Amino acid sequence: MKYNKIALVGNPNTGKTSLFNALTGLNQHVGNFPGVTVDKKSGNLKIDTHTLELIDLPGTYSVYPRSMDEKVVYDIFSSKTHPDYPDAVCIVVDASNLERNLLLFTQIYELGLPTMLVLNMSDVAFRKGKKLKIELFQQAFPEAAIVQTNARLGMGLDRFKKALSVGLPARETKNVELIDVEALELQTQDTEKRFQEIQALLSNVQTIEQKSINHKKVSKLDTLFVHPIWGYGLFLLMLLALFQLIFSLASYPMDLIDMAFGNLSAWVQTLMSKGVLTDLIANGIIPGIGGVVIFVPQIVLLFLFLGILEETGYMSRVVFIMDRLMRPFGLNGKSVVPLLSSAACAIPGVMASRTISNWKERLITILVAPLMSCSARIPVFTLLISLVIPKKNIFGFINLQGLTFFGLYALGIVSALVVSIILKWTIKSKETSMLMLELPDLRLPRWKNVIITVFDKAKIFLLDAGKVIVAISIILWALGTYGPTEKTTKAVNAISIPKIKTEQALDEYDKKVAAVKFENSYIGILGKTIEPLIKPLGYDWKIGISLITSFAAREVFVGSMATIYSVEADGEETTSLLSKMKAAKNEKEEPIYTLASGLSLMVFYVYAMQCMATFAVVKRETKSWKWPIIQLVYMGVLAYIASWIVYQIFM
Amino acid sequence: MPTLATVKKGQRFNVKQVSTSSITVKLVEMGLYVGQEVEVLFKAPFGDPIAVNVGGYVLSLRLNEAELIEVA
Repeated sequence: MKYNKIALVGNPNTGKTSLFNALTGLNQHVGNFPGVTVDKKSGNLKIDTHTLELIDLPGTYSVYPRSMDEKVVYDIFSSKTHPDYPDAVCIVVDASNLERNLLLFTQIYELGLPTMLVLNMSDVAFRKGKKLKIELFQQAFPEAAIVQTNARLGMGLDRFKKALSVGLPARETKNVELIDVEALELQTQDTEKRFQEIQALLSNVQTIEQKSINHKKVSKLDTLFVHPIWGYGLFLLMLLALFQLIFSLASYPMDLIDMAFGNLSAWVQTLMSKGVLTDLIANGIIPGIGGVVIFVPQIVLLFLFLGILEETGYMSRVVFIMDRLMRPFGLNGKSVVPLLSSAACAIPGVMASRTISNWKERLITILVAPLMSCSARIPVFTLLISLVIPKKNIFGFINLQGLTFFGLYALGIVSALVVSIILKWTIKSKETSMLMLELPDLRLPRWKNVIITVFDKAKIFLLDAGKVIVAISIILWALGTYGPTEKTTKAVNAISIPKIKTEQALDEYDKKVAAVKFENSYIGILGKTIEPLIKPLGYDWKIGISLITSFAAREVFVGSMATIYSVEADGEETTSLLSKMKAAKNEKEEPIYTLASGLSLMVFYVYAMQCMATFAVVKRETKSWKWPIIQLVYMGVLAYIASWIVYQIFM
Repeated sequence: MPTLATVKKGQRFNVKQVSTSSITVKLVEMGLYVGQEVEVLFKAPFGDPIAVNVGGYVLSLRLNEAELIEVA
């Protein structure tokens, strides 16, 4: 066997990824192509005794790119020195739509690499009444091995492996260089010429039953999906189902994870002797990792749902009916998925924006995605709502607390749209916006593809967001643990040691010490330093501290508050924290948590970009410091102004 | 000459010309070359974008993209 690295290319919706999944199974890894942020999916394929690397390149209609994803294909094939330049290439084509698929094939075929043409979906072709005379077809491309598969049913995998094991035909024709990526006119001429040749070829090698020539009936489902009322209604229903999944179903595994990490921390503390290392592990690292893992159930459910919608072809219909509505905002129908994903977590949302080919639309999508209320805000909203919003119904049936919760979500969505319009006016771009989207036939999902997508997304989230969140957690732990020694000691000594040493009294003493230490730590000092700045919003230094610790992840707010008010706050058990916060008074003996300051704080959490993991992902996706910094600043300013206004109104 | 943006649903046409623009090559790559048979299948609410049968598969096009495709 001569090959070590084989590239898999093909149009979208040809079953290329199904084939890749069938061949490599879970033997896949996601990396990066050098210099770009596009995910490189590769997997190991064992043939006889030899293991080779199979790279699943992004689906594309032509070697000439129109999006970042597709550019990778051009980059690889236009330079033999590219680190991912393959030893051989397999082009997967949809046998039921040879005409359009052969464009990419002829482009790649002429490059002179050992080539395999994988004829997939022949069953669909058969149903469409299309028959291919393989021998004649082979004569047109004598230097390519032609293999028939049905990746959906897992058929033809042996033939695929055998062709590689025997060796692909040797190449004798001299290779043709790709046209310059900017030379659009030359590309157009070249493409037209290729299609003429393909048409001429197909009229010889393919027979089509007369009755089915280009026959296309609009399916009943499609009529429903794009209906002005039922289409949007159904989409709304899907959204409700999605949110139900994320908020209700996910809470069970999340509670378990929360408990498990809490127990792990406690266990470590009993196991190891008291000291800095124990404290770092039990209070810095373990909660840090726990804070990442807790979001996995939501990420998994979100991508399971979106993956099924994508696989069935329904998602492309959503893009189709949403495009016109999104355009006035400078967005694209394809912005829907990233923005929806952001309702669970902005990180996969920002990553999902890669399918948007227009840079400006993609950038706007990324910049507004964190305004969609993510799941990390829920514990903060829940705590603050139960603190300042009375539990009563208005008009007899609308729950005021629920209404507030809904209002915060709506505020995020509306703000995202308003900011989009402003960005549309301010960001200049000469690039033409386009949609040009294939609406694939509706079909049942292939579960293997869905599962692998879910698995990949969870992995990316754990690693990408994980390392930032854990790093920040450790830094914040250090800032919260250490402080000027003298001051801390003095403060700790001021607390009276309980005379009767009952367990409860000692426990209370420990919590008071922890609170005082936290107050006098560097973070406490920082919180007090920013107090003048946040006072106009109705916040005190304690809230200031929690605003800072929220940079690890917003839900840390609750934990920090618990430490400051020296209470235990495990998951749902926030009653003691609530009563302490309700009783909290400022130096003028006025309550700190009023309707005004509570609402102001909620609005602050709607707007502020406190999540450093999102910052890191935006930096990676836009390949610059400029955009994440702009995002951090605009969201921060927005948060400050909006909270101030809210505080002034309700004060 | 009528364009794909102006023709009615359910009627078949042939592409006569693709007007020059920065996205011409992308339209041609999707199979919209001179001589290709096309038919508008359905439209999104508000009439934009439209779904077009291009040689046996369904392509969605915004109206401003469809305007570039002259048909007869």
